[in-house]
Amino acid sequence: MNREEKLARQSRIRNFSIIAHIDHGKSTLADRILEQTSALSQREMKEQLLDSMDLERERGITIKLNAVQLNYKAKDGETYIFHLIDTPGHVDFTYEVSRSLAACEGALLVVDAAQGIEAQTLANVYLALENDLEIVPVINKIDLPSAEPERVRQEIEDVIGLDASDAVLASAKAGIGIEEILEQIVEKVPAPTGDPDGPLKALIFDSLYDPYRGVVTYIRIAEGTVRVGDKIRMMATGKEFEVVELGVFTPKAVQKDFLTVGDVGFLTASIKNVSDTQVGDTITSSKNPATEPLPGYRKMNPMVYCGLYPVDTAKYNDLREALERLVLNDSALQYEPETSQALGFGFRCGFLGLLHMEIIQERIEREFNIELIATAPSVIYKVNLTSGEDIIVDNPANMPESQLIQRVEEPYVKASIMTPNDYVGTIMEICQKKRGNFLTMDYLENNRVNVIYEIPLSEIVYDFFDQLKSNTKGYASLDYELIGYKPSKLVKMDILLNGEKIDALSVIVHKDFAYERGKVVVEKLKELIPRQQFEVPVQAAIGNKIIARSTIKALRKNVLAKCYGGDISRKRKLLEKQKEGKKRMKTIGRVDVPQEAFMAVLRMDDDN
Amino acid sequence: MPEAVYLHIPFCVNICHYCDFNKVFLQGQPVARYLEIMEMEMKNTVKKYPYDFIETIFVGGGTPTALDEKQLEYFLQSVKNHFITSKLAEFTVEANPEQTTKKKLEIMKKYGVNRLSIGVQAFQTSLLKELGRTHRQEDVFATIKNAKETGIENISLDIMFGLPNQTVDMLNETLDIAFSLQIPHFSAYSLQIEKKTVFYNRFRNGNLPLPTEEQEAEMYKLLIHKMQQNGYHQYEISNFARPGYESKHNLQYWNNNEYYGIGAGAHSYVEGERKVNAGPLKKYMALIEETGFPYIESHKVSFQEKMEEELFMGLRKIAGVSDSTFKRRYGKSMFEIFKQPIHSLMQRGLLKKEGDTIALTKKGVFLGNEVFQEFITLES
Repeated sequence: MNREEKLARQSRIRNFSIIAHIDHGKSTLADRILEQTSALSQREMKEQLLDSMDLERERGITIKLNAVQLNYKAKDGETYIFHLIDTPGHVDFTYEVSRSLAACEGALLVVDAAQGIEAQTLANVYLALENDLEIVPVINKIDLPSAEPERVRQEIEDVIGLDASDAVLASAKAGIGIEEILEQIVEKVPAPTGDPDGPLKALIFDSLYDPYRGVVTYIRIAEGTVRVGDKIRMMATGKEFEVVELGVFTPKAVQKDFLTVGDVGFLTASIKNVSDTQVGDTITSSKNPATEPLPGYRKMNPMVYCGLYPVDTAKYNDLREALERLVLNDSALQYEPETSQALGFGFRCGFLGLLHMEIIQERIEREFNIELIATAPSVIYKVNLTSGEDIIVDNPANMPESQLIQRVEEPYVKASIMTPNDYVGTIMEICQKKRGNFLTMDYLENNRVNVIYEIPLSEIVYDFFDQLKSNTKGYASLDYELIGYKPSKLVKMDILLNGEKIDALSVIVHKDFAYERGKVVVEKLKELIPRQQFEVPVQAAIGNKIIARSTIKALRKNVLAKCYGGDISRKRKLLEKQKEGKKRMKTIGRVDVPQEAFMAVLRMDDDN
Repeated sequence: MPEAVYLHIPFCVNICHYCDFNKVFLQGQPVARYLEIMEMEMKNTVKKYPYDFIETIFVGGGTPTALDEKQLEYFLQSVKNHFITSKLAEFTVEANPEQTTKKKLEIMKKYGVNRLSIGVQAFQTSLLKELGRTHRQEDVFATIKNAKETGIENISLDIMFGLPNQTVDMLNETLDIAFSLQIPHFSAYSLQIEKKTVFYNRFRNGNLPLPTEEQEAEMYKLLIHKMQQNGYHQYEISNFARPGYESKHNLQYWNNNEYYGIGAGAHSYVEGERKVNAGPLKKYMALIEETGFPYIESHKVSFQEKMEEELFMGLRKIAGVSDSTFKRRYGKSMFEIFKQPIHSLMQRGLLKKEGDTIALTKKGVFLGNEVFQEFITLES
């Protein structure tokens, strides 16, 4: 292909992603676009194709981003090359969204015609605008009886300030408006700029590890051309490799001899070490290197930490390998070895949020078959000691004794909660209970309000989002951003089982709420920890002072009565079940503690 | 080779709220046909899996006494046709107090039945009603009187504890009445909530006022104490007898011996295999008519499983398990094979060793499952 041909092809490339709130129909729309562009035969179509991980399908959300190349024959007679880059829709995954947006020139903004704009959508739209993306509004689900497309159109104009007069009225489910969306992509999303003969600049926006091929990097070419056999260099690490494989996903992987400006695809180069290819880094050519790397994008730091320990201590190495694998294409995940007196060897892991944490846990348990104990999530505290020294604490067990502490600071977030008018009171009540300070309230339109609070991050990591949802019939949506640290009256609450302090159960609480929390926690533990052969006192303590106590009574009777008329297998099964239940627990001292107990220290309510 | 036979009569006039055994409402059932098919099963079974001699027979249900006199006689005749009873030591039939007429008892006696197991459960009308049982105290007294008059003196009563709304005092009262009846054997079972029962549904709906674990333990404690006081020694977790009246049939299970299981839903253990018969009547009958046998499951017990079962069944006996028996059966010492669990259970005070025998301690009797599960190997 000569320069002219490359430039002509480049002018027909359109790179875009889809921004939408959970449930607003992003995955269905992606499926329709794949169908319409005949990327797949009908036979190959599965519902929600892009969400390939089991977990994603089950939870109905997209976690990992995917990039697919599509061919679209437009009304002008030209065939365009589309790259659709999928993005996650949950508040925890802003980082991944920013990654996929950096590889695009445009974004479809999908808004539910009945529900309107949600807080998270707004956050992602702002991200897209920061990245200079062309935004194509789509009002989806117009076939719903409750759809109010004109109201939503107005909302897009009022809230985001976009011209929504051309917004496509669509129903991905019913296949309405799909062609118009595709035409608008051709028309509005700019073709990639960049010189196909210039020095190579390819952005790594994701990567994964394949046991046979090494690291597979997902790249977007911004400048130049890369060919199989080329010598390449990672600009951040300086490591050099030879390109083995290039290709695109259609969504099947299709090998290519070269990738050039605007192409989005994959590259392998016998890269054994994941750390050699940092997501966000720029790949250039060894022979003709670029002078400047592409601007990286906002790197997200973990906000929530927890300890992950294998139930079976022999699986420590397996757990390390699992984390190594996961971190490959999830650079927001952090981990380092940690030891707990109660739980043995494990890892302190950092996550973007609670959903991120849950997903990682589930993936480790499912994909790597390791049963885990997760300690309650904690944020990072800044502690100023009486000695004048400043330390960082990400594990409550490591919080120094109170007499050594001058001041503790905790992270605060600015939380924006969008809600229908009716629930403002409820939401304010929840926020107050979570130690929030009211900042302001914006009326978006007749019936919707954006309530803004300043809340300690530690109060929202656990069940804040769930509480918001359940108290507003699912209407409220949440977005938050870290705004910095503030001093708080915080203390460490220890939990003692059978008189022994269990480091993995320690938690940082606000002094004014300590007694109440202590009471709830010891009661909860009493419920969750099964009876043992002896009586087990459960105590909550601050320093040496016991603030709450409950008792797990001793096991008095556990014996099968009947013969079951010679049904020995049934007896065996029952005993096996009891034994398996015990195996899943962690023996601490002489007490068998189930996995759920470690999360219980964060429970606020004694119901559910 | 089996020396024991279990026969299952699945019919009931009414269904008890706790029962999850294989059973059907009597009304409208093809009882006569069922009994014919059962005889076919007996015939085919002893032909395929022959025996030397039969020591014990147990007829359970369901409710065997739900059969009318003619049906009962037909059934007992067919048992006699296929199982030689010359060496028979024990022949038990389960009996419901309200259905056990003198005539039925005479038929049983005629065919060699020498033991009656009567489902009494409790002596408080309010509790019986809650259990879905329809008999009255007088029915129990009459059945025992009639049985003794017929010449069946080896009588056992089933008693239950841990029942909804049952108090320790109520159990005490039931035991006092029971002891006044002058019979040699009691089985006392704690209520277990099983799926597919009325109780299970009520339990799930939070509508079953069960005693607490503490109260249930108190009841069990009272039971063991009073039995002993009245001359009934505990020889198994749920069984108490005057010396010499221990149930020989149940000991076959606990001693890990083989047995035949005849009838819908019955379980058997023959030639090293545990088999399960089809439960639904139609399927049971169809399988026998088509193939001669009603098995829906068959499991060859491995050597390891056999050793495990020897212990988790054997330790139900208060006398425990002796190593000499174990060695004779498995060629190795149980102290070698189960060294770790035996050691840790002794440390926990649940198991004791006397001579070459291990047995549950007093505490171990209350926490039997904690003991038994230690002898089970989990897959994977």
